[in-house]
Amino acid sequence: MKIFGIKLPMMASLVIWAVLWEFIGQFDLSILLPPLSHILIRMVEIIPTATFFKAFWITTKCFLIGSAIAVVAGIPIGVMMGRSVIIDRMLLPWVNMFLSAPLTALVPVLMTLFGFGEKTIILTTLLFAIWIIVLDARAGVKGISPSLVEMAQSYGANGWQAFAKIYVWAALPEILAGIRLGFIRAIKGVIIGQLLVSIVGFGRLFELYSSNFLMEHMWALLLVLFFFAFLIAEGMGIIERKFSYYAASR
Amino acid sequence: MSMQTESTSESTASIAVAVENVSKIYPGGVEALNNMTLQFPKGELTSLLGPSGCGKTTLLKIIAGLLQANSGTVTVNGRPVTGPGPERAFVFQDFALMPWASIIRNVAFGLELRGVAKSERMAIAEKHIENVGLKGFENHYPHQLSGGMRQRVGLARALAVDAEILLMDEPFSAVDEQTRRKFQEDLLGVVQSEKKTFIFVTHSIEEAVYLSDSIALLLPRPSRVSEIIQPDIRRDIDPDAIRRDTVYLDTVERIWQGLRRYIE
Repeated sequence: MKIFGIKLPMMASLVIWAVLWEFIGQFDLSILLPPLSHILIRMVEIIPTATFFKAFWITTKCFLIGSAIAVVAGIPIGVMMGRSVIIDRMLLPWVNMFLSAPLTALVPVLMTLFGFGEKTIILTTLLFAIWIIVLDARAGVKGISPSLVEMAQSYGANGWQAFAKIYVWAALPEILAGIRLGFIRAIKGVIIGQLLVSIVGFGRLFELYSSNFLMEHMWALLLVLFFFAFLIAEGMGIIERKFSYYAASR
Repeated sequence: MSMQTESTSESTASIAVAVENVSKIYPGGVEALNNMTLQFPKGELTSLLGPSGCGKTTLLKIIAGLLQANSGTVTVNGRPVTGPGPERAFVFQDFALMPWASIIRNVAFGLELRGVAKSERMAIAEKHIENVGLKGFENHYPHQLSGGMRQRVGLARALAVDAEILLMDEPFSAVDEQTRRKFQEDLLGVVQSEKKTFIFVTHSIEEAVYLSDSIALLLPRPSRVSEIIQPDIRRDIDPDAIRRDTVYLDTVERIWQGLRRYIE
């Protein structure tokens, strides 16, 4: 976008919103809306603390483990569904159901089964992330040109070779899109899981801040999480664009 | 006009591929092949020529082991075909290259699947890339190449696995006319130098006559071999001269006269 002949960077509009926030915040209208500058000061204050670091570490760990399992399990399941009509018929109704189901309602059940710890949070992350990865891998494999499959067959590829050397690569643009969407959902999962368990990680911090009406702390924490979510989504977007060059030429 | 395979006197040793009473009905009841019997001599290029719907690609894919016949047998060097095998290599109509892999990796792919060591397969692939005239493009990607060049990659990949039998499914139909002519000339050279058996599916009469040692003329509804034609063209003359050769022109005309009543 250009204003007065000056090319503005993509995120320029955020500056306007930040100024607006600061301005309105200065009027002390509501406890819910402290000025942005106060929040930023609070952020600098919170981030170096051991509590924050510990919460961040647990969140990162649960996010990484949960989404790694979602990727490692989701892609082969999706590929198998794309290749086999029987497996597709068996699994597709479940995948579609879980994709749209309010998974948050399942978290209390997971808590009674797996306790109030990391296991429940990892499982929540996994449940949020995996279904879109499965569906996108399936769509990608269904779109592979039949002659590429025949090529692999005729040159003697066994099942594993066909999977690792053809299907995954031919469906890579869709698989990467699935992983990106899966990661975004995993971020939701990892936070929602912690909020509901509420005695570990950011869940405990949110619980602490909100029950004591520490709105500045609360906002500071939220902004940090927004920033990381944005970073992960953008990072995946960059990887995705790297491989999209051949999506059109398949 | 007489049917089918000539010479039962010929010893089976000189037959590379024998198709016996093969029928294929697709799910849904479409009959692609009905009791087809045909033999492909070793070291020659045999074309399967016919209008669309005559089952020529189906037959080629059954020989390749990519499709299962409903009845009948296909034998390669006397052994029945149950699936794809290393003695057969396929060249695809739409090239079927891996867009994410470099040209050299595409050409070496058959060897990669067989577990040939990387340095060895790269050396073999390099040689075949040079043979098809693509030296210097080893590290390019398929989308950077023209259609004709991509099919050269497809041919190099088939040659790299050193199969005795090359199955080519309308390899030049997705290539523009000028490129196709040059490619046909080059293929004649490959046929002469490689001493392999070629089975070549085409719907172009000119292409079939130009390239083939013998042409199996297939007709649709019911699918059958109507005639085996052996164009008696001298192959030692200039490739361009063949297109002006009277035998070439007469054979093209004769096949067209035989086929025209099946068109429309």
